[in-house]
Amino acid sequence: MKAKRNCGLKKVRGLLAAAVLLVFSLIICLPVVLLCSGSLTGEYEMYERLCPMMKENGSYVSWRWIPEFPDFSRFGRLLFATPQFFILFWNSVKITGLILVGQLLTAVPAAWAFARYRFGGKKLLFTVYIVLMLLPFQVTMLSQYLVLDRTGVLNTHWAVILPAVFSTFPVFLIYRSFAGIPESLVDAARIDGAGEWHCFFYIGLPLGKGGILSAMVLDFLECWNLIEQPLAFLKDRAKWPLSLYLPQIGLEQAGFAMTASVITLLPALCVFAFGRDYLEQGISASGMKS
Amino acid sequence: MRKKKKLVVYSFLLPSLCGVLFFYLIPFADVVRRSFLTAVTGEFRGLDNYRTIFKNEAFLLAMKNTVRFALCCLPLLIGIGLLVAALLAGHEALWNFKSACLLPMAVPSATVVLVWKIIFDKRGLLNGLLNDLAAAAGLGRVFETDYMESKAAFWVLVASYIWKNLGYTVTLWFVGLLSVSKEQKEAARVDGASRVQLFWRVVFPQLLPNLYTITVLSFLNSFKVFREAYLVAGSYPHESIYLLQHLFNNWFVDLSLDKMAAAAVVTGGGMMAAILLLQHLWEDKG
Repeated sequence: MKAKRNCGLKKVRGLLAAAVLLVFSLIICLPVVLLCSGSLTGEYEMYERLCPMMKENGSYVSWRWIPEFPDFSRFGRLLFATPQFFILFWNSVKITGLILVGQLLTAVPAAWAFARYRFGGKKLLFTVYIVLMLLPFQVTMLSQYLVLDRTGVLNTHWAVILPAVFSTFPVFLIYRSFAGIPESLVDAARIDGAGEWHCFFYIGLPLGKGGILSAMVLDFLECWNLIEQPLAFLKDRAKWPLSLYLPQIGLEQAGFAMTASVITLLPALCVFAFGRDYLEQGISASGMKS
Repeated sequence: MRKKKKLVVYSFLLPSLCGVLFFYLIPFADVVRRSFLTAVTGEFRGLDNYRTIFKNEAFLLAMKNTVRFALCCLPLLIGIGLLVAALLAGHEALWNFKSACLLPMAVPSATVVLVWKIIFDKRGLLNGLLNDLAAAAGLGRVFETDYMESKAAFWVLVASYIWKNLGYTVTLWFVGLLSVSKEQKEAARVDGASRVQLFWRVVFPQLLPNLYTITVLSFLNSFKVFREAYLVAGSYPHESIYLLQHLFNNWFVDLSLDKMAAAAVVTGGGMMAAILLLQHLWEDKG
């Protein structure tokens, strides 16, 4: 009898938890849904809806989740007939892509060195890496500016790319997955005559793949959302990434802005959808004790 | 043999190390040096730059707001995160909800700027909804707040921070909750512990090491709310959300490099002290 009641209670609790979480998730997803419906709303309808924000006429913004006059053509026009948008989109792709490639080339071997070898000053150096990973951009902004100014790359994409390549966060994340590879495995390979680089390529990379991908997913989402760095180091607006350009579009062009936003959002959502497990692994790894 | 191995180690490490030295460590040392010099002539000024910034009203306001922001949003985020993670961990069927919480991480700040404006405008969706409710209750129009232009801006920023970072925190709590030993929970339950007792006496103490990491990571992410604050409200927002990040940005635009240097040293030093303190506590408990 008691067992039955307990079982019923557990079900009720489960339903309650589901209800609470459902409400939570709906609120969380609301801005994205609003954005998507806005991106399909015709420009005139959008203007009418947002009118109360621009003119004091005493009414409030009203929103229709499914637009009365949907307009799909803006997507095509933005993607194929707006060269300015295209340039900015490619700026974003270039900056993000080069940062990720650079990080792969430098952070992965460095993480391997930290995880597998003993060398003088290792502990101190690793602490320095962790501290750097923890400092916000504003603290290192002036120092980055001084270097970039002296090397003459200010106002080029390299000013944003180069410092980001040497961000120490991916080193830390990838280190976690390399540290989990059993030492005996690497030793066995060494006894069989494998060199150090051989071990790195044939044991480290395949077994540490999860950590590397986690770091890449987290870094992609971060790079696709760069604001502070391009704002400080890129004067020329034609060089800006999308993430900085979007907010410049005025309220009068809200429909256009929302379509552009959705196009910006899509690559990030794809990475999110396909890399969700890696994202979760990466977050969990960032929370582990070093 | 040993020498050769050393060479290999450095060849792994060197690219990253050179970059870190060149882009972060050496220039930061230069910033520390500059914090004692005048901006233009480079003469030695002792602690004058530090005295200037601590007398600077904008710096004090920004410092106060940044600390206040961290003190408000951290407990809220960590608490809500724990609640959601506990709901999730108890029911395996609900684990997919975690993805919904993580979604905002994938949403670039710039894409939702317009959405924030539409929701939080004086004539926006939120006020519209609240006034509809008020009208239904027979109160008439009572909600006239312009959220971004008043003290409410602070809470809008807190809300957007929680929106963005909840998934991260939930994931970290979730990992912690799953690692709590089942036997101990079972034993406590057999001894007649209630659910509340079970949580606070058995589960929570085991989560303390997680609490420290979550605090550090959430604190760092709190600096990134500048993105939303700047994109929605510009360089000079309502004074309740004028953060250190705004100040750094504005000094940078004015090229007040001496003040920036001193402020970078103070902020960096302060953060490092806070992190080391947390790490110290963390190592004791963990």
